[in-house]
Amino acid sequence: MRVPINKIIPFSSVDGPGNRTAVFLQGCNFDCRYCHNPETRNLCTGCMECVEKCPAKALENRDGRVVFDPAACAGCDTCIRICRFGCSPRIRHMTPEEVMAEIKKQVPFIRGITVSGGECTLYPEFLEELFELCRKEGLGRLIDSNGTLDFAEHPKLMDAMDGVMLDVKAWDEEEHRKVTGESGRMVRKNARELAAAGKLYEVRTVVVPGLFDYEQTVRETARLLKPYLVYGEIRYKLIRYRQIGVREQYAVYQSPADEVMESLAGIVRDEGLRDVIVI
Amino acid sequence: MRDIEMSRVNATREEMLETVKSPTLTHEQKLTTMTNLADSLLEVLDLPEGLDELLNQPIDKQCICDLAEGHAPLRPRYIIPDYGKFMREGSEFLQLEPPKDLYEALNALQIFYRHVPSVTNFPVYVGALDELLEPFINDVDEAQAKKLIKLFMTQMDRTILDSFSHANVGPKATKAGRIILEAEAELEHAVPNISMKYDESITPDDFALCGINAALHSAKPSFANHAMFKSELGEDYVIASCYNGLKMGGGSYTLVRLILGNIAKRAENVEDFKKNQLPYVCRIMAEYMDERIRFEVEESGFFENNFLAKEGFIRRERFTAMFGMVGLAECVNILMEKEGKTGRFGHDKEADKLGVEIMNQIDAFNQEHVNPYCEITGGHFLLHAQVGIASDLNVSPGTRIPIGEEPEELIDHLRHCSNFHKYFPSGTGDIFPIDMTVHKNPEFVLDIIKGAFKENLRYLSFYSSDSDVIRITGYLVKRSEIEKLEKGQNVLQDTTALGMGAKHNGKILERKIR
Repeated sequence: MRVPINKIIPFSSVDGPGNRTAVFLQGCNFDCRYCHNPETRNLCTGCMECVEKCPAKALENRDGRVVFDPAACAGCDTCIRICRFGCSPRIRHMTPEEVMAEIKKQVPFIRGITVSGGECTLYPEFLEELFELCRKEGLGRLIDSNGTLDFAEHPKLMDAMDGVMLDVKAWDEEEHRKVTGESGRMVRKNARELAAAGKLYEVRTVVVPGLFDYEQTVRETARLLKPYLVYGEIRYKLIRYRQIGVREQYAVYQSPADEVMESLAGIVRDEGLRDVIVI
Repeated sequence: MRDIEMSRVNATREEMLETVKSPTLTHEQKLTTMTNLADSLLEVLDLPEGLDELLNQPIDKQCICDLAEGHAPLRPRYIIPDYGKFMREGSEFLQLEPPKDLYEALNALQIFYRHVPSVTNFPVYVGALDELLEPFINDVDEAQAKKLIKLFMTQMDRTILDSFSHANVGPKATKAGRIILEAEAELEHAVPNISMKYDESITPDDFALCGINAALHSAKPSFANHAMFKSELGEDYVIASCYNGLKMGGGSYTLVRLILGNIAKRAENVEDFKKNQLPYVCRIMAEYMDERIRFEVEESGFFENNFLAKEGFIRRERFTAMFGMVGLAECVNILMEKEGKTGRFGHDKEADKLGVEIMNQIDAFNQEHVNPYCEITGGHFLLHAQVGIASDLNVSPGTRIPIGEEPEELIDHLRHCSNFHKYFPSGTGDIFPIDMTVHKNPEFVLDIIKGAFKENLRYLSFYSSDSDVIRITGYLVKRSEIEKLEKGQNVLQDTTALGMGAKHNGKILERKIR
């Protein structure tokens, strides 16, 4: 089994507790307006535009497939910027064992891994296999997800993972469709079921003034989680929208003021969640 | 004492007059400078033949550097008083009884610090403050204890005027230790430097995290691999000055350093370097150190007359000396070029292998060389990866990868460090500025420390990339104080000037942020 890997970050301080290796899978079933890494959404169509425009000649057309030479890459991101299909040509197709070999280089400096994306739950079998390999090494295993996979249908994955860091993009169904292009029903179902199973490590909401009712989203999400705190603390991470990386047509929103973030943290605390982080 | 030429006397007199008139030096800094200038006129050491050509050269040619220790050493470079003994017994010379409560303990220590000499005239070691204060910490309520400790730390910051002074905490968690770390996180002072002795099997996570929180506010403590130091120096070791592992109740007579890059310049190729140049310079440096030590022990009278020795706060038998080195990176790169190869230190297997071979050779030399006054360390000096001085140009500290050439990934940087830290019981270390977001995830740093010490790294320092207090090389300075000095204003601490030099010559503000 091979899956498209966008990149592997050896040490990450922002993808869960402690130091973790973060694995980013390619492809997403949402199309969030504020996506700050839109090049992780789709798979390569083989249009070859990036091959022509790469100033470092790090890309090559080999039998209709784009082949990437990491040694020649200058990291200028031209390929990502010009791609009309929301993709990156710097993708490696890797097996769980190959990814594990990359992860092992960081042992004993990491306490675990986090698989992110794109949307990594598009590849649940891969996650199961990779997590079993990690479990043997004593490494922690977290998923960063948009919550569209019905986790209840994947008991093996539920068992193999420590937990999920779940994005709640908007509470209101109509607003959820506006922000992501898709329904949020499964996200809410997962929030409840993962929390009940003690597998919800964290929820996070990106706060974008003018795009959706963030107060409602934050309040209702916190309220939904409250009954499950008896099984353990659930962290709520409130993330400021930032323009960096966002596609031009959507880079019209402003970052929220500090006061907005602080008042949202207050709302979460008022609902009884103690572990609130603003970034 | 040998005569010197009048022209040298006159040149020194000119420098003294300039010192008197200096608009930027404080009164204390002038006194220290005047003392050093006077000392530079003494010629009492029986110097090894060939030293002059290696020592008295500009920085691009100098092969041996004695770090401004002076011509007639009147005290050991680094002195590590047994403060525990002082707390138990008091001091006759200082007319102090053993302290009975927290007020007396803090007062007694402040008095003692004033009387601990060193190469900089300030104490390079101010004690295992957590252990020293823990017996008294419940004399007052916690708020009061914190207030007293903050005043004590502020007194140190404003009167011990360089940041080579070093306190220790850990490896055990204590209430006193936690209060000290919380105080430092709030005070954000440059002085004193602090090391936390860390051992995963002894130090609880919450205590280590308290240290990391302080480090991300005030660039200290650094973290010392307790198990490693203990295995080499025994349980009664301390971390002093920059990051120097030394014996409690002892210290280091001297620290002289090899400037490896300049030794490489003398060599025709790798073979000539290994066979002729390096062994020759090592021998001259060891002989120079032997002579400095001989003078201190046999002639200076320090160990007979100073109250620290008389009252047993230090013992001559517990002293050793530090055989220092800098610029392994430049040395390797120069030798690679002489061999017609392009690989660079920190990025190329062959270059790194050459670095290890050079270190093995220096280590073997040191193990062969015997000094009669270094009994405590088996008759040998201890190797020391020196952190550089302000005037160093194109000289990387110890075995560090040059700033600007750090590996892209921190993991590769740490793996590289793990090849070299083991050689240096008397100190080495690497420094990592950390992105602010880590403030929200201090466990990130803790995981790196745990992993690093499993992989035989010795000593790690972290600071937040936007902190005012930053670690220059082995010492701490406030960026805001450097800015004052750059504008020609007086600054309190001597190390600020060193930091300014390092900023311009050593590019220390350009370290890769992790």
